[in-house]
Amino acid sequence: MSGIPHDTYEPKSNSAKWLHARLPIVGLIYNTIMIPTPKNLNWMWIWGIVLAFTLVLQIITGIILAMHYTPNVSLAFQSVEHIMRNVNYGWLIRYTHMNGATLFFIAVYLHIFRGLYYGSYKAPREVTWIIGMLIYLAMMATGFLGYVLPWGQMSFWGATVITGLFGAVPGVGESLQAWLLGGPSVDNATLNRFFSLHYLLPFVIVALVALHIWAFHTTGNSNPTGVEVRRSSKTEVEKDTLPFWPYFVIKDLYALVVVLIVFAAVIGFMPNFFGEPDNYIMADPLKTPPHIVPEWYYLPFYAILRAFTDEVMVVQFASFITGGIITAKFFGVIAMFGSIFVMALVPWLDTSRTRSGRFRPAFKFFFWLLAFDFMFLMWLGSRPAEEPYASMALYASFYWFGYFLVILPLLGLFEKPQSPPDTIEADFDSHYPPKPAE
Amino acid sequence: MYTKPEHSGNSKGGRPLSHAEDTGSRRDFLYVATATTGAVAVGAAVWPLIDQMNASADVQALAAKEVDISGVDVGTQLTVKWLGKPVFIRHRTDGEIEASRNTPLDDLKDPTSQNNADWNADASDANRALDEEGKWLVMIGVCTHLGCIPLGGALGDFGGWFCPCHGSHYDTAGRIRKGPAPLNLRVPNAAFISETVIKLG
Repeated sequence: MSGIPHDTYEPKSNSAKWLHARLPIVGLIYNTIMIPTPKNLNWMWIWGIVLAFTLVLQIITGIILAMHYTPNVSLAFQSVEHIMRNVNYGWLIRYTHMNGATLFFIAVYLHIFRGLYYGSYKAPREVTWIIGMLIYLAMMATGFLGYVLPWGQMSFWGATVITGLFGAVPGVGESLQAWLLGGPSVDNATLNRFFSLHYLLPFVIVALVALHIWAFHTTGNSNPTGVEVRRSSKTEVEKDTLPFWPYFVIKDLYALVVVLIVFAAVIGFMPNFFGEPDNYIMADPLKTPPHIVPEWYYLPFYAILRAFTDEVMVVQFASFITGGIITAKFFGVIAMFGSIFVMALVPWLDTSRTRSGRFRPAFKFFFWLLAFDFMFLMWLGSRPAEEPYASMALYASFYWFGYFLVILPLLGLFEKPQSPPDTIEADFDSHYPPKPAE
Repeated sequence: MYTKPEHSGNSKGGRPLSHAEDTGSRRDFLYVATATTGAVAVGAAVWPLIDQMNASADVQALAAKEVDISGVDVGTQLTVKWLGKPVFIRHRTDGEIEASRNTPLDDLKDPTSQNNADWNADASDANRALDEEGKWLVMIGVCTHLGCIPLGGALGDFGGWFCPCHGSHYDTAGRIRKGPAPLNLRVPNAAFISETVIKLG
């Protein structure tokens, strides 16, 4: 499977040979977990395993919750309370699933920003990056659908606001929205289909994750120096890498345990910290909560959505040249999806030939500013839509787009990068000098 | 290996095909006909899978509703649920009517009536109120920005409605005056069927 030369599976016993000739599945597993992995990976390379674990955790807890949940507007809210109060360990399973979503998004943001810093998206790993972005979109959709299921006030109004985004599409918006909802407003038909799709999408994510892993097993992992593994011979490969099993599995499991200790503490001591109290009020189509906020992991993009109002010049210009087809509302929708789209295009927008940000002094500054911008937008998304937050959100949105569309393309042309080490082995040995031979 | 027979009439080894030289062969026709039939059949089979998501018959059946307004005093508002959405039925004060009628149309962000009865009319107060005197205003209580419910009755910078989600201000005729919402609150089909009963839809 890997483009890097390494030991391959040879069946030994007769029964293993019999199976291998018919279905080489043991070989597939062997080659996957024995993949040569750059030996200089740092602690930011653990989030992939955390994500894989969380996906399985969410699927298992989700299947269990579905055994006790009722997707009907008159019963959904009560069935969730039934899970919390009556079902044995129901509270534990639901709180795990609820906070599992938070863990999932913390891990995915760290994973994405690791990729942005170390240039993991650059050739030849563009396809891995694109699939990763698709996984991220599928995660956001799944999280949104799932948040509607408890049928609390935030569930209902979140669904109303987000499906309202589709209503902003010129011309077909209203019929599109009615089609998505199954009626003129969020109601029983909506809840039922959201439940169905919330159950489906995680399995789509599993398939995408398989492609994601397949893609980077073909190119090999990136690493903090961005220097490629030497692959002209197996001896050379062995100087730069170690097999994934057992070395990196043990390292990743250690990290996973640390993460899970914190996770368990959150579930045990502050299970509703990331939630909204309003979602413990049953959905009421006649009463909007005073302040609608999405879950924390959508906040940066929610801030971008709201930033573009009629008063913004770019919006007025877009509206003018399209003869009013692009309204402020539709512009906000385009900006929100566009902010993820420009991130997906980063393999082609970043013109620097130096892969890792570690050796790009100017890049570092702009990268950390982007990371700050992301957190700032997250905070702004949780604020009410009024001054001074509205203008701040606008400037922060401009930086987000500016980073991908202006800074990265130009920086590669003007920046003078430092030179990375020649090999991964050299990088590793400079951190851990080899012991003198005995 | 199978190769497509040549279609030219003077081909040496191939089967001579009589009429089809210029317009394509019988085989080409069969390809196109089969593909077209197939596409229609697939479309017909897929359409139910898409259309099942549209509003079902029982949802559509709730299209009309009669509301008794005898208890709605001047300066108050009745909110009823219709088609899953709130409908505001406001008994306006004289001050509210006057404020709305005195607003120049040039001051409005959305110059259209947004009234189901007449889409082409302008957004003057007369084109939005239910009766000639302008005492009754019936609107769908859904903010045209992202679908929240504006808080009702003499609120916001223009004495009408205020949407708490993203800060849209509507005036006393439910017309958008300030904030991110693009359109006036929509006026549904409504009519008095007696002195005290309004029929929606």
